[in-house]
Amino acid sequence: MSTTSAPVRRATPGRSRRNWRETRAAYAFIGLWIVGSLVFTLGPMIASLVLSFTDYDAIAEPRNVGFDNYREMIADPKVAKALGNTLVYAVLYVPTAMVVALALALLLNRLGRGSGFFRTVFYLPVMTPTVAVGALFLLLLNGNQGLLNRTLGLVGITGPNWTTDTDWVKPGLAVTMLWGVGGMVVIYLAALRQVPKDLYEAADLDGAGAWTKFRRVTIPMISGSLFFTLIVQTIAALQMFDQAYTMFFGAQENSTYSNEAALFYVIYLFQQAFQFLHMGYASALAWLLFLIIIVITAVQVRVSRRFVYYEGERG
Amino acid sequence: MSVSPTQPVIGGAQVPTDDGRSGPTRRDRARPWKRAPYLIAVALAGVVFTYPFVWLVSASLKPRTEVFDNALVPKTWQWSNFADVWDYAPMLSWIGNSAIVGIAAAVSVTISSALVAFGFAYFRFPGRNLLFGLVLATMMLPQAVTMIPVYLIWNEIGLTGTQVPLWAQNIFGSAFYIFLLRQFFLGLPRELFEAARIDGSGFGGLFWRIALPLCRPALAIVFVFEIQASWNDLLKPLIYLQDTALFTVPRGLKSIIDTFGNGGEQHWEIIMAASLIATIPMIIIFAIAQKHIIEGIATQGRKG
Repeated sequence: MSTTSAPVRRATPGRSRRNWRETRAAYAFIGLWIVGSLVFTLGPMIASLVLSFTDYDAIAEPRNVGFDNYREMIADPKVAKALGNTLVYAVLYVPTAMVVALALALLLNRLGRGSGFFRTVFYLPVMTPTVAVGALFLLLLNGNQGLLNRTLGLVGITGPNWTTDTDWVKPGLAVTMLWGVGGMVVIYLAALRQVPKDLYEAADLDGAGAWTKFRRVTIPMISGSLFFTLIVQTIAALQMFDQAYTMFFGAQENSTYSNEAALFYVIYLFQQAFQFLHMGYASALAWLLFLIIIVITAVQVRVSRRFVYYEGERG
Repeated sequence: MSVSPTQPVIGGAQVPTDDGRSGPTRRDRARPWKRAPYLIAVALAGVVFTYPFVWLVSASLKPRTEVFDNALVPKTWQWSNFADVWDYAPMLSWIGNSAIVGIAAAVSVTISSALVAFGFAYFRFPGRNLLFGLVLATMMLPQAVTMIPVYLIWNEIGLTGTQVPLWAQNIFGSAFYIFLLRQFFLGLPRELFEAARIDGSGFGGLFWRIALPLCRPALAIVFVFEIQASWNDLLKPLIYLQDTALFTVPRGLKSIIDTFGNGGEQHWEIIMAASLIATIPMIIIFAIAQKHIIEGIATQGRKG
């Protein structure tokens, strides 16, 4: 990360006074953020940790219940269900999205002229509001008459009931989200264009084939971007809400019967907090999610450290 | 302006040039037929990505019985679907609500994040690295952790049931945009600021007259990203809004889906028409700000 290249100041008598003025001004600029994060981040974090040890319905005073919420969480089959669903979805979606996006970016990179146009085409779905995406794919994924299964039917494949078969709801959601893979395509394409050509020429001289060049030059050179998207997409996938809620959870509680299979962690948390007003329990759920995200991210950082190459580190 | 590869390119296009970077080689260009397989593959993928849009437009114009016929062109053109959306739901006022909330969210987050980002980029002060580390850390914090206490705060102030909680937190800046804008400010040559200091400009002047005008593209990126984020936000309206008249577009669309979709009246053509209406403003924004959006996304992946 580049740092400010402030010129080194000579030690003059006025120096400390000037530094003090700068410090004061700096804190005036960042003061907004400090106030905001105390009120809307740090304070609420502490509050939610405290609430997680209480029974609280937002009306009566919170009642201390010790570790009851955490014990209940372990025993609650819906927590296990929601966690399982969320992890299965993340494992399905994130690697698939990375591979699809990288493949499209590689194609665009080789295409040259016209790649700008197709980059736009791939990016446009990202602009579609998430609720509209949910509604649209509920129809496209319809088991009997949906576009996807009709298309699969053309090549003799009988597609599953993506929106009702409990085993296929999560793959169906992954397909839905893959439509929005264009953001990652843009990131990868930008990274691919930064790879110096002479590396490929050097590899050519060494007699490297296409696969070796991809494996030994391309992947290491864009590993920073791959790593970035892995972290960001995983965190986002673990918080899946909009599309799944749109497709499988109605405000009238009478939507499709498969919604157990689409019960994602944040959906369950939202229901506990704002439909059943179990705010203490929901706070405990939130902290479990936070811990899971920290652990998964930490593992990804540790594992990736061996593979990620940053330009500045050469030599 | 000196731009190194590790800094975001401000206002520059991401055009592949013969500057030693990868892309099609000169040999490829001399033999256009070598491009053909790539062109075909990309075009096929393009059709796959475009088709759901076409399907959406087409379905929104079909009568109820034909929605699932998967015909590209409706057999019967039922323009009245759109009129029906206006009749059944206050779509226009939802769009108005979303526009107001979105503009409030985008204006406040752009100004505040720029202020904070400039503070981190220009000054060296005790605690800077620690505090900036905290900014980065909050990007990883799931919304779920703070969601309940933040609701309780708004409840205490008596603003639940209004649109204020949908955007007012943005007054204090947002970690991701602070990070993004700081990168842009760091890319400005320091000498510009030193010269202005010698001319007697205060710190506010540096920010207002030098940093902001030079980073207009970056500000546009933040503004557009936030408009889009606000236009998509379903969770906060679900938490804070009960009154249908105050709904934003995603919350309203969800209520249309609940009424006319599964478990409801199965009028999918109405839902598709409403979905299309909800999408069009974003397509217009993309058409206007495409360059900034693509650039903003491309910048994210680059380690600054």
